[in-house]
Amino acid sequence: MQRKEVTEERQDLLKIDYRTPRGGWFPPKVTFKRGTYCYAAPVKHAKNLDLPFPREWQPHDLDWKLPENWKEIVLDGMKRLLKKYRSFKLFMDICVRCGACADKCHFYMGTGDPKNMPVVRAELLRSVYRRYFTWTGRIFGRLAGGRELTEDVIKEWFYYFYQCTECRRCALFCPFGIDTCEITMMARELLNMIGVNIQWIVEPASNSFRTGNHLGVPPHAFKETLEFAVDEIENITGIRVNLPINRKGAEVLFVAPSADYFASPHWYTLLGYLMLFHEIGLDYTWSTFASEGGNFGFFHSFELGKRLNAKIYEEAKRLKVRWILGGECGHMWRVIHQYMDTLNGPANFLDVPRSPITGTVFSHAKSTKMVHICEFTADLIHHGKITLDRRRNDKWIVTFHDSCNPARSMGLLEEPRYILRSVCNNFYEMPENTIRERTLCCGSGAGLGSDENIETRLRGGFPRAYAVRYVKERYGVNLLCCICAIDKATFPTVFEYFVPGVEVAGLHELVGNALIMKGEKERRVDLRGEPIDVR
Amino acid sequence: MKYLLLVCFPYLSLFLFLSGIVSRVVSWAKSPVPFRIPLVSGQELSLPWVKASRLESPPSKGWVVLRLLTEAVFFRSLLRGETFRLKGERLIFSNRRYLWFFSLLFHLSMLVIILRHLRFFFEPVPDFVLFLQQLDGIFELSHPTVLLSTVLFTSALFYLLSRRIFDERARFVSLPSDYVILLLLLSVAITGILSKHFFRTDLVEIKRLILGLLSFTPYVPKDVSPFFYLHLLSVCLLFAIIPWTKVVHMAGILMSPTRNLPNTSRRERHINPWDYPVKVRTYEEYKKEFGEVMKAQGLDAEERGD
Repeated sequence: MQRKEVTEERQDLLKIDYRTPRGGWFPPKVTFKRGTYCYAAPVKHAKNLDLPFPREWQPHDLDWKLPENWKEIVLDGMKRLLKKYRSFKLFMDICVRCGACADKCHFYMGTGDPKNMPVVRAELLRSVYRRYFTWTGRIFGRLAGGRELTEDVIKEWFYYFYQCTECRRCALFCPFGIDTCEITMMARELLNMIGVNIQWIVEPASNSFRTGNHLGVPPHAFKETLEFAVDEIENITGIRVNLPINRKGAEVLFVAPSADYFASPHWYTLLGYLMLFHEIGLDYTWSTFASEGGNFGFFHSFELGKRLNAKIYEEAKRLKVRWILGGECGHMWRVIHQYMDTLNGPANFLDVPRSPITGTVFSHAKSTKMVHICEFTADLIHHGKITLDRRRNDKWIVTFHDSCNPARSMGLLEEPRYILRSVCNNFYEMPENTIRERTLCCGSGAGLGSDENIETRLRGGFPRAYAVRYVKERYGVNLLCCICAIDKATFPTVFEYFVPGVEVAGLHELVGNALIMKGEKERRVDLRGEPIDVR
Repeated sequence: MKYLLLVCFPYLSLFLFLSGIVSRVVSWAKSPVPFRIPLVSGQELSLPWVKASRLESPPSKGWVVLRLLTEAVFFRSLLRGETFRLKGERLIFSNRRYLWFFSLLFHLSMLVIILRHLRFFFEPVPDFVLFLQQLDGIFELSHPTVLLSTVLFTSALFYLLSRRIFDERARFVSLPSDYVILLLLLSVAITGILSKHFFRTDLVEIKRLILGLLSFTPYVPKDVSPFFYLHLLSVCLLFAIIPWTKVVHMAGILMSPTRNLPNTSRRERHINPWDYPVKVRTYEEYKKEFGEVMKAQGLDAEERGD
């Protein structure tokens, strides 16, 4: 597309109307405009996972072919969820609608749609809760904020709960910690009970169930891809790194998001991992069965999340490793940090993770037994176990994007920054309202990174893109570094649109560039095959 | 009629309040917390040389208590208040703490007012209540002294109400009940002010009424101003509806799983009480489909004899 056209289109897209419409949010009216919503799950994949009510339908269809007793199913499901989750019950009851969250959502900032204010998003569900589960709502109905459950409400839920990336930013500002992520998860559980779900979640989940990874890469293709990476590293460094796959008795099982070995710019992060592990002589293995750290089941339901997550511990047990190391990924780390041990633990067949290189015991992971690669690498650098040449990243003026889940669900803020400062000379932070715990989402998380909803994704990514634009104009930033596979997939598109000229890289790509390997040849190109320009 | 208003209503509202709050808290407590899902707002306690932010990412129960206290007492999350504005090709964030300021003002002055009212509940009046009252009346403006808390409480209430009327976003998210509660609070404040400053009521009689209620030997005072009736009625109504409206947040704030759990998710195992086995794809099933190719590619550990 011509540059000028993009600029004009962008200006059009950003003519955002933040005024609120008359009549409030009560009428459940949704227009399924192309580019704003995701397509329905294909029957084949829904069947593969034994999901309820697989059928051919699309959100823009008038008739969603809901099961006959859909209302009963939803209300009954709601009752069960209220009994299972204190968070749900509490968050339905205690919101005071103070509006502290209202302007904190990237989708609200990008669309101006008042139903994207987190409080209203939650009210879409809360109004039905009040109508059917509180006596005030049953008696006073609309006056008490109760709303009938109709098919239009279901359509509205679909639209807005698949327009939330579960990033938890709004919860940070809530005086009661009401977490829209929890509410969105509950709404999606309910929608799934009547077979309303989206392709970009169900298909990867189904692939992951069958082949071990979201992309559906079978074992031999997995091996070939990684071998290709080994060749590429050899071309760049002159060193042939080792590639252990499905090896029994290794000390460490390494699990990364599948995008790392199949997408770009993730690919260069993969090269970074392989080089680092080779250089420090880590006794580790990849697995084809557990070849996915991410978990799209988690965006679907508790149960599917658990079903997919089970592979990691099962494989660790089968391969008799001592502990598990995890790659750069966002929601993968939400699941591992806050859910895995509960879902599929106890992992008492593993040891408390201990770095074989530095001897550091990662006691903060002593129950789950899984360590984030940033924690691992930061520890290596801190102990001076690897030699780095920052100058090899001199062509980059870098900023760091905190991925939502590692930031707000783990508190992994300093380790990546420490690594970044050790591997590059030019690092500038974005404005403080947009980093660390206040980080802005990429707009494509929680299973929304599809193509058909590109307008919504661009709008959701716009606040982050504009923060990047600020540091680009101010410091000449030309690279955004991040530690999430979805970020790496979505930002190149978002930036091309809003801040052309800013590239995206994983942290371990920069580590790989800076890493001085024993016996390597003079590096003329970086991991992208572009000339290294040491200033 | 007098008896109904002055004796039955207070008892009834107190009963509704207590039973309602207890039933609410019990109903929340009955639903378990299946996962440890704290919302973290600072660096986790990880490597020994990385400076952890213990208040924002509590590594133990003690720090959780501190985190909750700062939340309940200082409204720390509201203190983060920010807003954004889109100006041409720029997105500008700025701090905005009015909501924090006025809600803190509202709640604190309400606390002072409640404590001040304790002088009707105890004989002799506790020292701290007298002290508080003296402090509250530090600006001797009129007689009887206009107390600071009264002024602050009423103005904070007006702010909160006008916000819901004039702020477009706040108006959009408000429900009828949000206004009802604010108006009820306002009516408590105004009738209180009126019966204190303009239509003076015999405070000794009121104290006898309250002490009588407390000792279950109801005493009906002879002559009280109609504004006191309205004051008491508003208070009773407020207390009665608390458990069934959003005002119940007062009981819920400490139970929020995103705030009252330590960030020790990988350190200690959290148990899900309703966990159940799910259908997984086992390695055997996987091998049944991919065994041949794995064997051909040397990817089968058993075949390789690791």
